[in-house]
Amino acid sequence: MRFMMIVKATTDSEAGTMPNPELFEAMARYNEELARAGVLVAAEGLHPSSSSIRISYPEPGGKPKVIDGPFTEAKELIAGFTLIEVKSREEAVQWAMRMPDPHGFGEGEIELRQVFEAPELTEDAEERTKLEEMREQVTRKPRS
Amino acid sequence: MNESDVHRSLDGIWRIESAKIIACLTRIVRDVGLAEDLAQEAFIAALERWPDTGIPDKPGAWLTTTAKRRALDYLRRNKLQDRKYEELGRELTRQQEPDWDEAIDDSVGDDMLRLIFTTCHPVLSTEARVALTLRLLGGLTTGEIASAFLVPEPTIAQRIVRAKRTLAAARIPFELPSKSELEGRLSSVLEVIYLMFNEGYAASSGASWIRPMLCQEALRLGRILAEIAPGEPEVYGLVALMEIQSSRFKARVSKSGEPLLLMDQNRALWDHLLIRRGLAAIERAERLGKAFGPYLIQASIAACHGLAHTATETDWVRISALYDALSQIAPSPVVELNRAVALSMAFGPEVALEVLQPLLLEPTLKNYHLLPSVRGDFLMKLGRKEEACEEFKRAAALAGNEKERELLLKRAADCAAD
Repeated sequence: MRFMMIVKATTDSEAGTMPNPELFEAMARYNEELARAGVLVAAEGLHPSSSSIRISYPEPGGKPKVIDGPFTEAKELIAGFTLIEVKSREEAVQWAMRMPDPHGFGEGEIELRQVFEAPELTEDAEERTKLEEMREQVTRKPRS
Repeated sequence: MNESDVHRSLDGIWRIESAKIIACLTRIVRDVGLAEDLAQEAFIAALERWPDTGIPDKPGAWLTTTAKRRALDYLRRNKLQDRKYEELGRELTRQQEPDWDEAIDDSVGDDMLRLIFTTCHPVLSTEARVALTLRLLGGLTTGEIASAFLVPEPTIAQRIVRAKRTLAAARIPFELPSKSELEGRLSSVLEVIYLMFNEGYAASSGASWIRPMLCQEALRLGRILAEIAPGEPEVYGLVALMEIQSSRFKARVSKSGEPLLLMDQNRALWDHLLIRRGLAAIERAERLGKAFGPYLIQASIAACHGLAHTATETDWVRISALYDALSQIAPSPVVELNRAVALSMAFGPEVALEVLQPLLLEPTLKNYHLLPSVRGDFLMKLGRKEEACEEFKRAAALAGNEKERELLLKRAADCAAD
């Protein structure tokens, strides 16, 4: 199963301040550890929200609204993500706990989210039924 | 922290640390079976201690140290009976002690590599190699391995016990193979990993089309190997092959559960991240500037498919050429069969049918369902529908997978209906 470890944005990441060399090295070492354990699928860092664009739909069925960054609520923004492929939720949690504190100063936060899988790839029977039902709904939905 | 929290955490930690700990202990005690027992003892110690003390900052280092101390106790207990242990014990005290509390260092990769070469040692049967590798490097339980192979748990347990005994009896040294041995030993390792992957990818028996755990384990082992054994183009080749084949999981089965042929798959469902990883692995191999081995050629073939946005855009001429190369360096009836398929796509079914002709007499393909299945396909394209129908029926009778059999019977019925 795949999990995404989402690193939340901080004042520094939003300001475009590069992490200090120690953190940089710790992160590189951590990514190497993930790779050597065969669990690393992808890892990316994102530009600050000052260069981001938001597309929202304030009216149901209406036209999208385009808003340019920056956005202010740092905790709701993300600064990067790492995608890992693991055997269990417990393994994912253990890997996430080993990620270096992405910021320090009490601002660091990592969120762990499970990625939806194809029903064929799920060993758990209950989960498989749920996913199959979901796919059924999606494929049945008429195109507008 | 309560016991069930610790238990849950230890499940995850076992998965991450067990192979490294077993590898390190095997270097000390020179016996994988004993090393595994000692590693498990360390985990039991953690299960007893951590509910009170909390989980240490470096759980891996804690477990390694605990397991090493137990290894030393074991060696000391046995030293009166065996002088060799005494020497080893002295050596251990002299060399290992200062390192005990240090974090995992770079020698870990080498120990892991030694462990892979040991569990995949040619002295073991292929079945035993696969089971032991899943157990010691994947950290899987006997029950998990048994359910992946659809065999009773005692069968796997027996297989693993016997494999450990065989290794001990043969006194297999815990070493990296010498330069002259390397090629053969490495190909034994790659064979085990690819066998594991294939067993999961085209489940050879049973109702399920993909057994995901085996594929994922094989891919993980391949990815580990690519990191700890760099400079081996075939390792990258195998990883690339598995990455690209895995990219098609979501697209391989139709909504009603029937297997879909590569050309009929919805390419939007392919996992493009995995395709990209596969292409990157091929590039890493190419940069080494060494000759292409069989895995790298097969990966390059898979990459041709992965790069084609639509089935009609597939570069069949290149694929035919790659199969030509493959049949030169690793000739086999199955490769010949695939070469025929590529030729039919690049140059038409007539040429391809000729390539199949000698294979009809090949004893190893006598019960192989894909031969009549492919031949049926060529005959149908040539408009020889009655012959095609017979071939599909023959193929269906030979197929071991229920879903595959259904697909073939459907094709036979389609021929008859036209």
